[in-house]
Amino acid sequence: MSLRRRRAVKLALRYVAAVALTVFFLFPIYWLFMISFKTADEIYAYPPVWWPSSLQLDNYLVLFRDGDAKTVWNSLVVAGTSTVIAMFIGTICAYSLARFRTGGEHLANWIISQRMIPPIAVVFPIFLLYVWFGLVDTYIGLILLYTAFNLPYVIWMMRGYILDIPQALEEAALVDGYTRWQVLWKVVFPMCRAGLFATAIFTFVFAWNDFIFALVLTRTEVTTYTVQVTHYFGGQSNFWAKIAAMSVLGTLPIFIVVGFMQRYLVRGISLGAVKG
Amino acid sequence: MADLKITGLHKYYGAVHAVRGIDLEIPAGEFTVLVGQSGCGKSTLLRTIAGLEDADEGTIEIGNEVVNDLAPRERDIAMVFQNYALYPYMTVYDNIAFGLRARKTPKQDIAGKIARAAEMLGIGHLLQRYPRQLSGGQLQRVAIGRAIVRNARLYLFDEPLSNLDAQLRDEMRGEIKRLHQELGKTMIYVTHDQIEAMTMADRIVLLRDGRIEQAGAPLELFEQPVTRYVAGFLGSPSMNFLDATLVAADGGLGVRLADGTVLPLPPARHAALAGYRDRPVTFGVRPDHIGRASPGDTRPGLARYSAVIELLQPTGSRTYGTFRVGSAEVVAELKAHDVSQVNERVELVIDMNRAIVIDPDSEKVL
Repeated sequence: MSLRRRRAVKLALRYVAAVALTVFFLFPIYWLFMISFKTADEIYAYPPVWWPSSLQLDNYLVLFRDGDAKTVWNSLVVAGTSTVIAMFIGTICAYSLARFRTGGEHLANWIISQRMIPPIAVVFPIFLLYVWFGLVDTYIGLILLYTAFNLPYVIWMMRGYILDIPQALEEAALVDGYTRWQVLWKVVFPMCRAGLFATAIFTFVFAWNDFIFALVLTRTEVTTYTVQVTHYFGGQSNFWAKIAAMSVLGTLPIFIVVGFMQRYLVRGISLGAVKG
Repeated sequence: MADLKITGLHKYYGAVHAVRGIDLEIPAGEFTVLVGQSGCGKSTLLRTIAGLEDADEGTIEIGNEVVNDLAPRERDIAMVFQNYALYPYMTVYDNIAFGLRARKTPKQDIAGKIARAAEMLGIGHLLQRYPRQLSGGQLQRVAIGRAIVRNARLYLFDEPLSNLDAQLRDEMRGEIKRLHQELGKTMIYVTHDQIEAMTMADRIVLLRDGRIEQAGAPLELFEQPVTRYVAGFLGSPSMNFLDATLVAADGGLGVRLADGTVLPLPPARHAALAGYRDRPVTFGVRPDHIGRASPGDTRPGLARYSAVIELLQPTGSRTYGTFRVGSAEVVAELKAHDVSQVNERVELVIDMNRAIVIDPDSEKVL
């Protein structure tokens, strides 16, 4: 076989592998979207219906009519707010660790070790505390918790990105007349913008996907969509249409966010790979 | 008036004592070069002046004001960094304007100042580009531009040329010196390169292990070094050092080399050296003070030495010839055609007026 032929075959094999993997991973998502548009008959039909007869939105309308869709809003509020707070506090902490060697050599490692605590180990003590403080089933309660759980991750990632910034850039700004806070705003943030976005997305996704804390710490007021989905699994029957529609609603925001920030996401991940 | 006065300055990094008691006064308008090997504390000293490091002991005064407790931005300094420190996400114009904007300079003044600096540095056509689109030399010009648009009291340069290739470095050296003459500002320049120090400085401050070894005009350090270290640091190729003994010779004093040759010292040196008679000393002579003897050259203070040249290194205008005295190698800077082949025995003259005698224990020049 000529070199050129061999190259062509190799390329073809690669494409086949890529397509196969993509189909494998995308199929559940495709199936989820399809179910959300199906009628009850189509859901249980055998052989399965690959494409619903009509893209009817009844399953979604029910969620909005009953107020279940508000749980997606709850998730947005809780995940969004905790992400903003964690990013702000975390980046400042990371700056302090990276530039002033706050806490000596080991504080940074200790902080990331906090991330390794299994949520299930702390969720009940926290529940008792929250009962005491009246934080159960409140936005503030969940926001506090997600912020606390995401901080170690934000600090660790941002510390890596900040360490990558040449210190002379900051020193030049200090000499030129800027304060530390201005340096943070005018030099550090622009220099690690990709890292900021990538870290924020992962932070958001963690809070967005959380189930165990939301399950234990909410009742009716601030139920998140992950908990709401489980309400449709009944003792007698499962409401597959509602489960699928609610899951789609919960997936869409992530699709949108990642779609807009894909550029930063890829760059942020590869940047962090060096030192993160 | 002194623009900068440093008194009893000490700086520690943990257990490392980086700056060990520096006293220094730099008059207004002077170009001072801090020079020394890596780790001698020169960069630390500069960063402490800038306020990027805290002084552990001692005071720093800029324009008669103690600035120890002032933040860098309050010290009225401008600084050029080794790695340029330009912001990759800003155009050249914005990079240069960055410091002016911090000080709330009106927009029109900024444009005028940048135009003037750009013209001075020949970077007018680069203002709308980004740093990644520039060459090393252009980056360094921009970095210098960012410093000179600021009307600062003190300009600090931290090894600004060490990332450039040799030819560009020569060019920029001249340019920075010309800038200094045009602006008349007080500048402090750190380098490990003795040629940069010699060519640019009004005054050299030679540092060693966190202390000032010697400070003065370049030629003063070159011609009258106070220690063996200074004598060896400045000059290329560096000074030859030979173990010798100070002996009586021809009714005066001389140095006896390892091979027994006695080189008489000029009478002017006798008084200072009298106490060292019959004691071991180190004899120092620069390569360009050893030359081929020519008949009839009877200037006072020339000592003759017969040597076999073992190695010749022509550079074009000069040829470095290496010969041995005992086991030590000595380099002589000869004229291009003084010696035509190696292993030739030639008659050399050593200019004893320019040679130095060093106490081997204290390493001080006697």
